Amino acid sequence: MREDYDLAVVGAGPTGLAAATVAAEHGLRVAVFDEQEVPGGQVYRAIEQAPAARAELLGPDYRAGRDLVADFRASGADYFPATQVWSLNQRLELGLLHTGAARMVTARRVLIANGAQERPVPFPDWTLPGVMYAGGAQILMKSAGLIPGQGVVIAGTGPLLLLLGWQYHRAGVAVQAILETAPRRNLWRALPYLPQALLAHHYVTKGLRLERYLQRHGVPVHKAVSDLRALGSDQLQAVEYAHRDSTQRIDTELLLVQFGVIPQTHLARAAGCEHRWDPAQQCWRTTADAWGNTSVPGIMVAGDGASIGGAVAARHAGRIAAFAALHELAVIGAPERDRLAAADLKWLRADLHIRPFLEALFRLPDELLAQAADEVVICRCEEITAGQIRDAVADGHRDPNQVKFLTRCGMGPCQGRQCSDSVAQLVAAATGQSIVDVGAYRIRPPVKPLPVAALANLSGVEEAAE
Amino acid sequence: MPHFTHCDKAGEPDWVSVSIDGEPVRVAAGQSVAAAVLAQGLSWTRRTPLSGTPRAPLCMMGVCFECLMEIDGVANRQACQVTVADGMRIRRQRGAGA
Repeated sequence: MREDYDLAVVGAGPTGLAAATVAAEHGLRVAVFDEQEVPGGQVYRAIEQAPAARAELLGPDYRAGRDLVADFRASGADYFPATQVWSLNQRLELGLLHTGAARMVTARRVLIANGAQERPVPFPDWTLPGVMYAGGAQILMKSAGLIPGQGVVIAGTGPLLLLLGWQYHRAGVAVQAILETAPRRNLWRALPYLPQALLAHHYVTKGLRLERYLQRHGVPVHKAVSDLRALGSDQLQAVEYAHRDSTQRIDTELLLVQFGVIPQTHLARAAGCEHRWDPAQQCWRTTADAWGNTSVPGIMVAGDGASIGGAVAARHAGRIAAFAALHELAVIGAPERDRLAAADLKWLRADLHIRPFLEALFRLPDELLAQAADEVVICRCEEITAGQIRDAVADGHRDPNQVKFLTRCGMGPCQGRQCSDSVAQLVAAATGQSIVDVGAYRIRPPVKPLPVAALANLSGVEEAAE
Repeated sequence: MPHFTHCDKAGEPDWVSVSIDGEPVRVAAGQSVAAAVLAQGLSWTRRTPLSGTPRAPLCMMGVCFECLMEIDGVANRQACQVTVADGMRIRRQRGAGA
């Protein structure tokens, strides 16, 4: 590994690959650090390895990742797979962990391109084996060719539900039902945005096409489902939910849920970047300008890690960030930057037309986020329930960090990735404050668990300090 | 347990030999430990340190830390982030790990 990288990119999904390719092609010394062993991120997971038949089942949007990865491979950027980034600070030092060895490296610019994670929405017994995130199940199909051998129920909200249903049905999986939890009022709230959305109508037609396919093949798609719960003792046995004023039950050993995705912000938070609550996307976002510059000089963020827009938008955002970095590093002037980025900026502006419609259509009811029953586990790692969090608030702990110190919620190995927003929503609801007022967990490095032995043998510190 | 099966009909995969909880098994090469364990039909990958309840892989992308397992004697490895290798010793983790 060299010591003088111009641009360090965290993440090898569409954003990171596109940014690294542009930057390297313009002569920057680029390093890409990624947790996975192969490039593509989650959306194009195993795109180079997936056999043709599997890629065919996954569909054209998946196969669109092939040229992206091929261009990256040819770009000359240095690629460090299976590498975790556990810290980033305002001196632009990155802490890396690879095969059990930790080291520090510095770069002149850092682009956080670590993408999104699934939005955790706790419901009764969501910790049971047999309950899995729909995105996780899709990763199993992309990376290992694994599909459910028996029936499966898919539940939640967002475009992935229909896509996964379509992929599974084509692969021969028995999809017992798709349960959409978006309330009916969402449709009325989304309608005013429809004319604008039709300017990016391919999203709408794609969704309708998937839904028609599933209807034609007899896959039940139930709308406005609520009160989802998992049933079973040591393993999921059934799914229960409310639909049309009655309680329904489906026997199944596999429930795949997704309630949309949110940006992964741990690294940007640890670096001290400013964050803002996005009321439309119902998540925290790292504050950034149109080029991806955060509040910390030299640190940029782009793609779904900055704002949820999907894989194609992420690719454009990555390119835009790379042009901005080239300008900041005095490789190109401002007019050249503007000229090179014009097509990507124009594409992103057009694509933004669909967002208000989708965000209104898939908006989660606020009560779903804040009204988990007392017995529901909120912090999966430390097994802290909604009731324990409410008790802590009743004892006078009125922000998520105080609740964390008292109960240990958010102190387990996932470091709050699964409970941060849920705890904040519970605290906000119990104290009558807004989520902006109660804030979020303070995030400190290491943002991924770091073995003590790796820390003891940390290398690259002297170089970084010079 | 939800039994997972392979969608790749054509071609025999490359195999590696591993052990899961001491039992020798042959699993498809190139997949993560978490995928291999699910493909074997095992219902859980760890038991929690507090209540001892079973947990299984949730996100498969390194975020949730539900798939912590003991791999080649090292506890608390994220099974979804480690690729299976010949001779690998995989154990379902009970509690916080050694």
